[in-house]
Amino acid sequence: MSSEPLAPVQAKRGQASPLRVLLPILVLILGLVAWELVVRLNDIQPYVLPGPWLVLTTMVADWGVLWDSLLVTLLTTLEGFIFAAVGGIALALLFNQSRLLEYSLFPYAVVLQVTPVIAIAPLLLIYLPQQTAVVVCAWIVAFFPVLANTTLGLNSVDRNLAGLFQLYHASPLQTLRYLKLPAALPYILGGLRIAGGLSLIGAVVAEIAAGSAGAGSGLAYRIAESGYRLNIPRMFAALLLLSVAGIVIYALLALVSHLVLRRWHESALGKES
Amino acid sequence: MSPPDTTSDSSAGTAGLAVRLSGVSKVYDSGVAALGPMDLAVKRGEFVSLLGPSGCGKSTALRLIAGLASPTSGTVDVNRGAGDARGTHAIGFVFQEPTLMPWADVAGNVRLPLKLAGMQASEADGRVAAALAQVGLAEFAKSYPRELSGGMKMRVSLARALVTDPDILLMDEPFAALDEITRFRLNNDLLALWRDLRKTVIFVTHSVFESVYLSQRVLVMSARPGRIAAEFRIDAPERGEEFRTSAEYAGFCRNVSAALAPAYEGQGA
Repeated sequence: MSSEPLAPVQAKRGQASPLRVLLPILVLILGLVAWELVVRLNDIQPYVLPGPWLVLTTMVADWGVLWDSLLVTLLTTLEGFIFAAVGGIALALLFNQSRLLEYSLFPYAVVLQVTPVIAIAPLLLIYLPQQTAVVVCAWIVAFFPVLANTTLGLNSVDRNLAGLFQLYHASPLQTLRYLKLPAALPYILGGLRIAGGLSLIGAVVAEIAAGSAGAGSGLAYRIAESGYRLNIPRMFAALLLLSVAGIVIYALLALVSHLVLRRWHESALGKES
Repeated sequence: MSPPDTTSDSSAGTAGLAVRLSGVSKVYDSGVAALGPMDLAVKRGEFVSLLGPSGCGKSTALRLIAGLASPTSGTVDVNRGAGDARGTHAIGFVFQEPTLMPWADVAGNVRLPLKLAGMQASEADGRVAAALAQVGLAEFAKSYPRELSGGMKMRVSLARALVTDPDILLMDEPFAALDEITRFRLNNDLLALWRDLRKTVIFVTHSVFESVYLSQRVLVMSARPGRIAAEFRIDAPERGEEFRTSAEYAGFCRNVSAALAPAYEGQGA
């Protein structure tokens, strides 16, 4: 009965959805055609600006190199993301159990977040082995949204439900498992969704910093290397792969979030039908 | 479904008291005196309403009885009976909001008190089913709270309070947010449950009509800090649509309203 007022809203969304898919595709096609035309009509050289077709053929031709580099970058991203997810959630749980710990450490988590990672990366590369430094960069960037969102989620438990758990003498562990974690789940998943994209950014930033130091084999390093060699089509191809990787990461995490929350949370209900 | 035995005070006396408050007051940290001093004695199996204006401390009194807050002065005695010995709980609490966990289905919500008490799943299953049947929601066990109407959510909340088979049921304006038809139905269902199960019920409300319709005793509270300003015995064995439209009912309501009026003076409402 309570879902009746929602029906018109959902219907509107349903009508709009084909347009929401078709319009961006149309814009993409128009943009690519315009790009190709500008390059061909003005006879622009590939080392200045390659057309989209050349970028695509370069990607196919250089697939072996690019694919290996992509895997390296994705592995870094994944490691950074996992450390950020586990660390962020674990630290938020600790903060939730102990106010003193939260007061002591939270400011430093903020400092870690607001200091630009591009400025930290060269320092980390001095003190840590290169692969470790790159993962740490990815972790630093991705860690804070998980921590902040999980903390927010753990603190937004319904007061009456908390009273109910108190009434039935729930142990701290039971309260955590049956009340706080489920209540925080939508927030945690939101934090993870942000963290996925950010850990890719952190990995790329660190790879570029490391690449200019002369080593590395990730996709961002390929971009820097191709730049030095004026292999502009490959730069574009690598960039394209990075965006696709970012989109796939986001879509996967959004899908996970939807599957987990679809049965009860408002954020997931709107996407159905 | 026999009518409630409202006349034999002696048998209720031997059954003893379920709840006793002596000189209980509550002052919040902010310095607001919310309640009291208040004295209250509720017999086992009795249906008592606490009636008063918003903010008079009636919800505070209920939270003190439930042990969700501790009194600033005075003592709260709750006869826990055999409740704790059964590994369950002596007190069931129904909040003003349904207060359901949105991530769990109806059965999961009702099961919560048993799960927290560490009861075996096999034993809990039967109790959950029985509690849902009591409130008429047996076929909604697998539904999620968002799929239910306001009245049904309240029934789930009631089933959750009943699932531990408590001796005392505390209800904090449970039907205040419902429409009138739904509220009447739930009032009748609550009375039927009370006749069957013989729980002690302490029912907080700001509705004169609801308090008179439901209870054996109506305690009218004054404005903050809340004290008991008047007490009415509602001696009417038969409760139903006939009682609701009777002159007797109207008379009770008129008297209770008159006693409640001073609590609203000076509030400008």
